[in-house]
Amino acid sequence: MTTYREAMREAIRAAMRADERVFLMGEDVGPYGGTFAVSLGLLEEFGPERIRDTPLSESTFVGAGIGAAMNGMRPIVEVMTVNFSMLALDQIVNNAATLRHMSGNQFGVPLVIRMTTGAGRQLAAQHSHSLEGWYAHIPGLRILAPGTVTDAYGMLAPALADPDPVLIFEHGTLYNLDGELDDQTAVDIDSAAVRRPGRDVTLIAYGGTLGTALTAAEQLSGDGVEAEVIDLRTLRPLDDETVMGSVRRTHRAVIVDEGWRSGSLAAEISARITEQAFYDLDAPVDRVCSAEVPMPYPRHLEQAALPQPDDVVAAVARMTG
Amino acid sequence: MSVTATNQIAPTGQDGHRRDLLHQMLRIRRFEERCVELYSAEHIRGFMHLYIGEEAVATGVMPALTPQDAVVSTYREHGHALARGVTAEAVMAEMFGKVTGCSLGRGGSMHLFDAATRFYGGNAIVGGGLPLAVGLALADRMRDRQGVTACFFGDGAVAEGEFHESLNLATLWRLPVLFCCENNLYAMGTRIDRAQASTDLTGRAASYGLEATSVDGMDVLAVETAARSATEAIRDDGRPRFLEFRTYRYRAHSMYDPDRYRDKAEIEAWRERDPIDALVRHMREAGELTDRDLSGLEADVDAEIDAAIAAAHAAAYEPVEDLTRFVYAEVSP
Ligand SMILES: Cc1ncc(C[n+]2csc(CCOP(=O)(O)OP(=O)(O)O)c2C)c(N)n1
Ligand SMILES: [Mg+2]
Repeated sequence: MTTYREAMREAIRAAMRADERVFLMGEDVGPYGGTFAVSLGLLEEFGPERIRDTPLSESTFVGAGIGAAMNGMRPIVEVMTVNFSMLALDQIVNNAATLRHMSGNQFGVPLVIRMTTGAGRQLAAQHSHSLEGWYAHIPGLRILAPGTVTDAYGMLAPALADPDPVLIFEHGTLYNLDGELDDQTAVDIDSAAVRRPGRDVTLIAYGGTLGTALTAAEQLSGDGVEAEVIDLRTLRPLDDETVMGSVRRTHRAVIVDEGWRSGSLAAEISARITEQAFYDLDAPVDRVCSAEVPMPYPRHLEQAALPQPDDVVAAVARMTG
Repeated sequence: MSVTATNQIAPTGQDGHRRDLLHQMLRIRRFEERCVELYSAEHIRGFMHLYIGEEAVATGVMPALTPQDAVVSTYREHGHALARGVTAEAVMAEMFGKVTGCSLGRGGSMHLFDAATRFYGGNAIVGGGLPLAVGLALADRMRDRQGVTACFFGDGAVAEGEFHESLNLATLWRLPVLFCCENNLYAMGTRIDRAQASTDLTGRAASYGLEATSVDGMDVLAVETAARSATEAIRDDGRPRFLEFRTYRYRAHSMYDPDRYRDKAEIEAWRERDPIDALVRHMREAGELTDRDLSGLEADVDAEIDAAIAAAHAAAYEPVEDLTRFVYAEVSP
């Protein structure tokens, strides 16, 4: 068995062995081994030139990653959490995402930025948000959300091979997820995956909510409702084909997204289903999202704010009942 | 919550001044030692950053402030809150996530707020508090108030752009901010010389044109003297000041930190300079403190913290129906 954390680490190790241009930088990625221990041990193998600790300067080290990528390197930049990536938002949105276009296709930014996202650990309102949907709004970026151990490993190599910037969102509750790393080869970073087949309703999830949707599907199965669970995997560009294919079979869709509902990725997916599969629907699309409140600290409020399997089951019951 | 007797420090030179400082440092230390137990017992969750070893800084700076002044702090702020006069009961309840907490339980350890003592948090984005402090001071100035805003942050924050932008703006606009840099030599696992091209923090601050002084942060009397002279100067000419407090945290960065990046010998060497032990020694030599006095102080502190913990256990959680409250103001003008 391999944990999500180990899979991520082994993917970085393999990428660095395979390509001299790949290096890792971020806060405490070196001797400390990364805030979430992803890079533990890599310094010993690759040395401080390629496993680079940075000062607390998110804007500048992300920007430096962009510059290095434009100049022949293949940086992996680790930002501790998506909340801290706000300090680097300017570099990501105004530089990484635009340079190819602004330069008339002269310069590309083959950069990978990894960061933690999501709640569930009582870290309150400055460490818990799911802002990947915001990034998925930006043309020029590719947004990945590995939700399984296989994807934690397999998504990095194609992300590094991508000629454009790729952001990888690692949900904080997944690092200890144990899984079989059966196939140590690259996976595709274009398509969504059906994680559980079903005929009655499509549950669309990603990253941290994949487990929520699968748990809900188990519960529903006990009640005789067979839910199909789709793992989006890539949040931009979205794989409409897999989503619509499923919705056309099940005629119902519930999107499970830890982001806030308003202006969310869930809203985008709902709009696309309505645009592309409206006449196949037996019920309006529903969304289970986080409550529209900055994440509160106490466990009972945090859990109430987050999408729960029961919320998904209730949403399905409303549309099948 | 009002500024209670627990944070009153007798004026310098007066009877009881040093005893009050000692009492304050003991309160902070014992409070956090109990927090460690409560964390293990899972009454406190999430991230918790301890101030143990650094108590002299908060304890020495707060007496230089008046109730009209403001304080901005970080996620390592239990000591700042207690020394400022947020009650142990309100802080402990906050750590438990209870509705009687100083932030209603919504913030937890990293987000202590208290309007009554003008304690503006509890900011867990490194460097995030500095611009707020500049704005608080700007408002005081524009409203013709005499207040000083004391802003605490770590050595790590010096690498963030907001540090530089804030020092520049506060100096440019002549704003009454006391920048308090708690240099404990580490930003999480990174030692200062691995993160700062120059570790001369006062030199760098001074390059913005404000007076910057380095102080022994393990000596509460030195901290207090420096803070008093800085706040007096600020009240006098309205310009910001920068103080670097050289200090050390004995504990890991947070409860999640395995603390593998420094020598035990280094920690021991700093413990030798423990601010509480040093003050006790100093007072004993001066004949100001008997064993009985000390056990009396310890007993007071224990009783206060026991009561705070008991109250936190007994307190209620906010009802879950209130989940989406306090995102916007509830009364419109
Ligand atoms: C913008 C941002 N980057 C990273 C972090 C994660 N983090 C929290 S505290 C910390 C170390 C800060 O060190 P320092 O400023 O010296 O304060 P200390 O913890 O030593 O008191 C880091 C890296 C954060 N909270 N915010
Ligand atoms: Mg520090």
